[in-house]
Amino acid sequence: MSLAFDDYGRPYIILRDQGQKKRMKGLEAYKSNILAAKAVANTLSSSLGPKGMDKMLVSPDGDVSVTNDGATIVEKMEIQHPTAKLLVELSQSQDAEIGDGTTGVVVLAGKLLEQALTLLDKGIHPLKISDGFDRACDVAIKHLETISEEIDIQANDNEALVQAACTALGSKVVSKRKRELGKIAVTAVLDVADLARRDVNLDLIKIQTKTGGSVEDTRLISGILIDKDMSHPQMPKEVKDAKICLLTCPFEPPKPKTKHNINISSADDYKKLYLQEQQYFVDMVKLVKNSGANIALCQWGFDDEANHLLLQNELPAVRWVSGTDVELIAMATGARIIPRFQEITPEKLGKAGCVKEVQFGTSNERMLVIENCQCTKAVTILIRGGSQMIVDEAKRSIHDAICVIRNLIKDNRIVYGGGSAELACAIQVLQYADEVSSVEQYAIRSFADALEGIPCCLADNCGLNPITSVAQAKALQLKENNPRIGIDCMELGTIDMKEQRIYETLSSKKQQIQLATQVVKMILKIDDVIAPDDY
Amino acid sequence: MDIVGNVLPQVLKDEATEDKGEMARLQSFVGAIAVADLVKTTLGPKGMDKILKPTGPGQEMTHITVTNDGATILKSMYVENPAAKILIEISKTQDEEVGDGTTTVAVLAGELLREGEKLIQKRIHPQHVIAGWRIARDVALKRLRDISTENDINSQEFHDDLVKIARTTLSSKLITSDRDYFADLCVKAVLRLKGSSNLDYIQIIKLPGGTIRDSYLDDGFILKKQITIGCKRRIENAKILVANTAMDYDKIKIYGTKVKVNSMDKVAEIEAAEKEKMKHKVDKILKYQPTVFVNRQLIYNYPEQLLADSGITVIEHADFEGMERVAAATGAEILSTFDAPERSQQVLGHCDLIEEIMIGEEKMIKFTGCKKNEACTIVLRGASTHILDEVDRSIHDALCVLITTVKNKRVVWGGGNSEMQMAAACEEEAKKVQGKQAFAIEAFGRALRQIPTIICDNGGYDSAELIQNFKVELQKGNYTCGLNMTDGTIGNMSELGVKECLRVKEQALMAASEAAELIMRVDDIVKCAPRKRERA
Repeated sequence: MSLAFDDYGRPYIILRDQGQKKRMKGLEAYKSNILAAKAVANTLSSSLGPKGMDKMLVSPDGDVSVTNDGATIVEKMEIQHPTAKLLVELSQSQDAEIGDGTTGVVVLAGKLLEQALTLLDKGIHPLKISDGFDRACDVAIKHLETISEEIDIQANDNEALVQAACTALGSKVVSKRKRELGKIAVTAVLDVADLARRDVNLDLIKIQTKTGGSVEDTRLISGILIDKDMSHPQMPKEVKDAKICLLTCPFEPPKPKTKHNINISSADDYKKLYLQEQQYFVDMVKLVKNSGANIALCQWGFDDEANHLLLQNELPAVRWVSGTDVELIAMATGARIIPRFQEITPEKLGKAGCVKEVQFGTSNERMLVIENCQCTKAVTILIRGGSQMIVDEAKRSIHDAICVIRNLIKDNRIVYGGGSAELACAIQVLQYADEVSSVEQYAIRSFADALEGIPCCLADNCGLNPITSVAQAKALQLKENNPRIGIDCMELGTIDMKEQRIYETLSSKKQQIQLATQVVKMILKIDDVIAPDDY
Repeated sequence: MDIVGNVLPQVLKDEATEDKGEMARLQSFVGAIAVADLVKTTLGPKGMDKILKPTGPGQEMTHITVTNDGATILKSMYVENPAAKILIEISKTQDEEVGDGTTTVAVLAGELLREGEKLIQKRIHPQHVIAGWRIARDVALKRLRDISTENDINSQEFHDDLVKIARTTLSSKLITSDRDYFADLCVKAVLRLKGSSNLDYIQIIKLPGGTIRDSYLDDGFILKKQITIGCKRRIENAKILVANTAMDYDKIKIYGTKVKVNSMDKVAEIEAAEKEKMKHKVDKILKYQPTVFVNRQLIYNYPEQLLADSGITVIEHADFEGMERVAAATGAEILSTFDAPERSQQVLGHCDLIEEIMIGEEKMIKFTGCKKNEACTIVLRGASTHILDEVDRSIHDALCVLITTVKNKRVVWGGGNSEMQMAAACEEEAKKVQGKQAFAIEAFGRALRQIPTIICDNGGYDSAELIQNFKVELQKGNYTCGLNMTDGTIGNMSELGVKECLRVKEQALMAASEAAELIMRVDDIVKCAPRKRERA
């Protein structure tokens, strides 16, 4: 196909350097793509659910991370296969949009592809399959909305939010402390949430990690924690009623952007320059001091002399505060970020109840806590744990929980977990399939089978017999017309997920099904893969 | 290829590998247990040391380390196995957090996994094992806290406890024969800090020569520097100015400045101006009326001479840490500008006597009778640098434990007593729990009991017999019994005075079980293709 002949029998090249390219076409391409994507989904499927296992990932530099979070796993696996990469992006877009359910979405896509493979074997055209999936997806989404329930997030001391957070944390290594961590996450989100607008700016929640202690020692600080200490060892370690001056200019003589030269040609000039230089420092400190500030935080470094002058003027200061921290502090304390010393005015200072240094462990590491900020709209979650890997995983888990809570604040509709929602949708899709008279019927039916795959996988991971427990749950759902029947993963003795209080957000479930369907459709449309040979 | 025989497309990068299920688990167990086995012979008072030899070319690579400290051994090891890396990580964290028990934590995690492996072979799902461990950990922790005792910080008992704890910590180290001496030394040093946890104030100076016995605690502060030639060697009632300022020449800090002259005369003028500037600075310093001037940076001859002429003793090149210590000890402020001589009273540090002393063959400066009496110096002597390094690490361990104890105040009996009690608690709990978790709880108890077992084995005693007797003693209600490692019997810990800090045990238990849980949960190991490095 790369070589064609024109009317005179002369060959001409359609695809250049064909010999150096790998090419797959038609059914072979479909199958290869599907198998690659399935391989990724298979890796993730054992991580699904509360009894899911973790994956250990070794980076190219030999660093180890252990995680249960789907998005992190696929990201760190460094997948090379082009189609499998689509699944990586799928997981990541779920992470970016919703923050939770990153494993579920990949597993669902894997199940859909598995079904697609059998349909292809039956000789159904890929586009028909994808049409069928599309229609089934719409039905499922509609049904999800009908079975979703609105919950009162503030009732009973935010119990619903805590439960939802617990569901998200249940599958992680920190699950033992899910209740405590869930509460921390809920308090953190509610502290910064704008309930009137139903919006949460997650930037206001800072997650700081520190190895040592145990996961139980994780706590919420109603303020900001920065990994810095005072610029001079003898500055006071605690400032009460702090008036914070936030600077983004260094305590150094100015460096104009324009290229310039100062030429000194006489001793007088030299002396003048010296005096001028001294004056710079004195002025700078004076400007800060005069504004009434009693602590200065600076994004840049200090000159030794300036540092000492600050100490002499009893003005504690912190240098090299990172840009994100500066913004966070500005938001929390109501300070304005000041880019030039001349612009310091008392109104621009931020206020906080207390700024103090805290010390951890035996190594001499200190952190700075800014507490009781004027606008308490920023909090820090300080995560502790026995090793770097645990701390990192705890951070990812708490991030998931925070996302779930945020989604609930945005949209307080929930569905029940434990595979019950998928099962209910599967039943609905199956009913719809019978009404369709075209080829798509098969695809729609397969979609229902794929949805059932999720509770199957959950049951499998929990050591239950997947076929029996799913069949049992399905029968009960049909009999009692109760969409809340799922898999009893925790062996609590009930399969009604409302009783088990396994909450998942509607938005997350909806997104999962939609994204998975989209990606599967995309994979099914590829009938030709051209890649360089050495790739 | 999958089970059916389809050739699967390659998903990962070329040299990347993926191990699943049993294979992955096997890999983690093997790695973690290997690491634990490696350090376990160093455990306890009869534990042996290890020689660490760096690999690679070059002269500096021939320097070996002889040590008994778990964290040091593990830190210097290069391992590829990811599970082993986790164990090393928790050992490091233990070192940072409490400073001691770094071997225990790795061994305990390893033993837990060894027990875990047996349970997996019995077809118990990892999640069940973890569920059991979690129950066991809580039970053990509760028992540990219950058996700990607390004394008032100012009481004589507390002081005795500290000495005992230091003795226990040091008994597993090289200096075990002199442990009483060093325990006393460490306790005195820590008590000087008066509850502050800043180890910086305790300076350790290592000087080869003499024997370990010649080490001593100096109540003053010793700076490993010399007094500049031509200055007084002994200053009484010193007023010290501590500075961090350039005393060579002042750089012009305004950006883009260039000196351009057109004649030799001008050069001379500039030079004079520069000299005058320095003179000016020295004059400003003199206004503070110090008798001793300590600077972090180098001091050129000219200002040095000016200062010496005014009868001021000059110490240059003090390193940053040394400076901070001098400042903290003498109550001085570290100055970089000298425009406020009226604050002289506040910024100058004081001490009764500064003199140059000789330790071994080295000249040092000693500050005695400082304003703030917190700082002190431990001078270590020993036959070789290897011994000194090891003694330094041991003393550091002891100091860390003592500081942690001063903060936490709670103590438990040593000699394996706490581990045996925790193990007993786990076994009691296992009898009450229904379901498979009970096996895991029992296993947790067995892993805990391994710690005293290994200590016995390392001492060359019959561990099976001793541990059984130990169990019986505890059962009888003799709650202070423990291993007497000198006689190889079960002794009374309150008579032997073997105590340990609760916080260290707590942290070891929590970190080890967290790590074991982390490794147990893994069912898939993906190793990315190693980054290609360009050979230089």
